[in-house]
Amino acid sequence: MQVLYFAWVRERIGRPREEVQTDAATVAELVEELRGREERYAVALADISALRVALDQELAEFTDSLDGVREVALFPPMTGG
Amino acid sequence: MRIRVQSDVFDPGVELNAFSAAVDRAGAVVSFSGLVRDVDGGLQAMEIEHYPGMTEKALGQIRDEAMRRWDLADALIIHRHGALTPGEVIMMVATASRHRKDAFEAADFLMDYLKSRAPFWKKERSGAGADWVAARDEDEDALRRW
Repeated sequence: MQVLYFAWVRERIGRPREEVQTDAATVAELVEELRGREERYAVALADISALRVALDQELAEFTDSLDGVREVALFPPMTGG
Repeated sequence: MRIRVQSDVFDPGVELNAFSAAVDRAGAVVSFSGLVRDVDGGLQAMEIEHYPGMTEKALGQIRDEAMRRWDLADALIIHRHGALTPGEVIMMVATASRHRKDAFEAADFLMDYLKSRAPFWKKERSGAGADWVAARDEDEDALRRW
C-alpha cells in the first residue's frame, strides 16, 4: 500500500510517500511497525494522540482495519480555514 | 465549480458578485473570507500544504452536508494552498438561501468544519524560523455545536 505523510510528519520522516508491504491488520499495528524501522519514524510517530489518519482519503480511526486499503495517510490535526 | 482548491490568488469581491448573480430565488447571501494574519508582527509568509484528492473530496462532503441540513440555494468554497503573504486571502465561503438564518448558520458550519476536517496544514514563517500552526482545542469543540 501507499503510505503518505503530511506537514511535520512528512518533515520528520523525510519523505512525502512510500510503498509499504505489511501484514498489519490495523492502522495502529502499521504505525507500530513503522516506528520500529528507524529513529526518524519513531520520533515522527511517537505520540499517536498527536496524529490523525485517513484511509483511501477518508478520515478514519487508528483501530480501523487495513483490509482492502490502498492508501494510508498520517498527519497532524488539520488547520484549514 | 462550487469547490475550488487553488494556489492562485483570487478576489473574494469578484467571486461574491458572481456567486450572488448566479443564484435564483435567494433573498440572502452570506460570505466569509479568511486572511493571513500577522497578529504578533514579524510574519513573513504562510505556507499551506494540503492532500490533493482528499481535499476536494472532504470539502465536497462538507458542502453536501450543509446543503442537506439547511435550506440553501447554493454554497461555494474556495481555499488556497502554497505560499501566501500577510494580508492575502486564504479562503472564502459563500452561502445563499431564501432567508438569512440558513445562510448565516450554514456559513458558520462550513467554517467550523473546514478548519478541522479538511486536510490543510498551515506553516508560519518569520525571522525566527518556521513553525507549523497547532490545531486549537476550541476548533474541535466548535464541531460539537452542530
